Amino acid sequence: MITFIIKRLLSLVPVFIGITIVSFAVIHLAPGQPTDLMTQLNPKVSLEAREKLIKLYNLDKPVYVQYVDWLSRLVRFDFGKSFIDGRPVIKKILGRLPITILINVCSMALIFLVAIPIGVISAVKRGSLFDRSMTLFVFIGFAAPGFWLALILMSIFGVQLGWFPVVGIKSLDFEYLSLIGKILDLGHHLVIPILVSAFGGLAGISRYMRQSMLNVIHEDYIRTARAKGLSEREVIYKHALRNALLPIITILGLSIPGLIGGSVIFETIFSIPGMGQLLYQSVMARDYPTVMAGLVIGAILILLANLIADIAYFYVDPRIRIGRRH
Amino acid sequence: MHKNALAIFGGLIVLILVLVAIFAPYVATGDPTAIDIKDALSGPSPRHILGTDQLGRDIFSRIIYGSRVSLSIGLVAVGLAAVIGVILGSLAGYFGGRMDSVIMRFVDIMLCFPSFFLILSVIAVIGPSIYNIMIIIGLTSWMGMARLIRAEILSLKEREFVLAAKVLGVGHWKIIIRHLIPNGIGPVLVSFVLGVAGAVLVEAGLSFLGLGVQPPMPSWGNILMEGKAALGVAWWLILFPGLAILVTVLGFNLLGEGLRDMLNPRLRR
Repeated sequence: MITFIIKRLLSLVPVFIGITIVSFAVIHLAPGQPTDLMTQLNPKVSLEAREKLIKLYNLDKPVYVQYVDWLSRLVRFDFGKSFIDGRPVIKKILGRLPITILINVCSMALIFLVAIPIGVISAVKRGSLFDRSMTLFVFIGFAAPGFWLALILMSIFGVQLGWFPVVGIKSLDFEYLSLIGKILDLGHHLVIPILVSAFGGLAGISRYMRQSMLNVIHEDYIRTARAKGLSEREVIYKHALRNALLPIITILGLSIPGLIGGSVIFETIFSIPGMGQLLYQSVMARDYPTVMAGLVIGAILILLANLIADIAYFYVDPRIRIGRRH
Repeated sequence: MHKNALAIFGGLIVLILVLVAIFAPYVATGDPTAIDIKDALSGPSPRHILGTDQLGRDIFSRIIYGSRVSLSIGLVAVGLAAVIGVILGSLAGYFGGRMDSVIMRFVDIMLCFPSFFLILSVIAVIGPSIYNIMIIIGLTSWMGMARLIRAEILSLKEREFVLAAKVLGVGHWKIIIRHLIPNGIGPVLVSFVLGVAGAVLVEAGLSFLGLGVQPPMPSWGNILMEGKAALGVAWWLILFPGLAILVTVLGFNLLGEGLRDMLNPRLRR
């Protein structure tokens, strides 16, 4: 098991290098120098000051030197300073990360708790009204753009009915609330964002669960279990379910990129101060150090999520474990 | 029977969509960019069936013309992705060895990036033009199709008809182009159709954030952007473009899923 993990970690190194190369290349596609934005529109900046800036950011050195320089600082977690306000990029990102992680974790939990039962029941009661209406619901969920749903929920529940706030994560009187009050306030603000964020994943995962369950139910060992006289409940919920859950773990891991990417739009709509909103603002403001850092960190999080999914799958499926020993 | 009906329904939606996009000037009730301030932000009425936006432009016409934008971007972008994916996937699958490892490693790397954010960054860097959007979506969507065609080629490579062709002295490229790809293209086709749905969603998202199709050219995404600004005031700016996107994506999804079911021998129980 340990060797498996170590081998996987080692294979990640070239991927990590590749990620950094792509992130770096993407930003340097821009015509002109990054410093142009800061200096060109400002007539007061003298030629000398511009030269100094260029030297400061190493922009006069060839591209590969810049890359190696950036990479060497990156592995020390130094992502440079933001072009917007000069603060260290790493601090900005770390400050925003908790909220994004909170929302995404809650979304995943919601998806897990809702989609899996839906998928299982749809498979067991195949062709029933429940199954067919869930299939319809799923297809619509797939097709509806998330940000559209967000707008609709916002206008109905936020503006018309006034049940939920539509902006931010704190009320104006946040500071004066008790601890419980603060937690409830945060939750109150996050209900719609989490719901919207989870919606797409819900549709997908419940379908995969249904498909996986259907595949398992037709397997021979289920027939054996029934022939042995086990109750239908045991057959389905103990044997079939466990086997059907296996591919779902991988799918859950693979859907994390979607959540991280989606957080860009959702956080911008709801004005949530998370990493997605930070990245959007940085992109709009051409704050390249932050954008590069965002790309690299985003990719690494996805890499780690996939790795964990792989390890979990390996751990949970005895067939793989035993197979390796021979 | 039931499954086929859904696929045909999806195909019908796609067909209607394509026709609407091609014949947009005849379907729309007016000029989508015609400004009429005195009618600004009015709801659905006999004159403007779906209402107007902040500048008094007719939403119905804008949505009809918007279909041109979304469809063309979707088809071209995914077409580009298909070309890249099939070429790289075939190379990896057929020649194997080092080329396979390198290409698949590249696929893994590209799959690590949160694609929407990557697209956003690149568009911000090189500017939001329709061509840029098509190219960038294409450059970030080819990975799935590459994997699919590679898997097909790996399993088809050892079949007798390929070995026969090799024995007859047929060159590598001829084998790939005339034998392997046509037989393995099924899953890629499914992926293509589903990919168009995805591309439409991405373009809508980009336009919604202001980094996609720029006004005055109508795109369902940028109408929604105006809808957000008028939240609570002009519900028609939100409901109708969203429905357009929903129907479009639904149509392509149903068609794609239907194709997938048709190509899958396992389900013929």
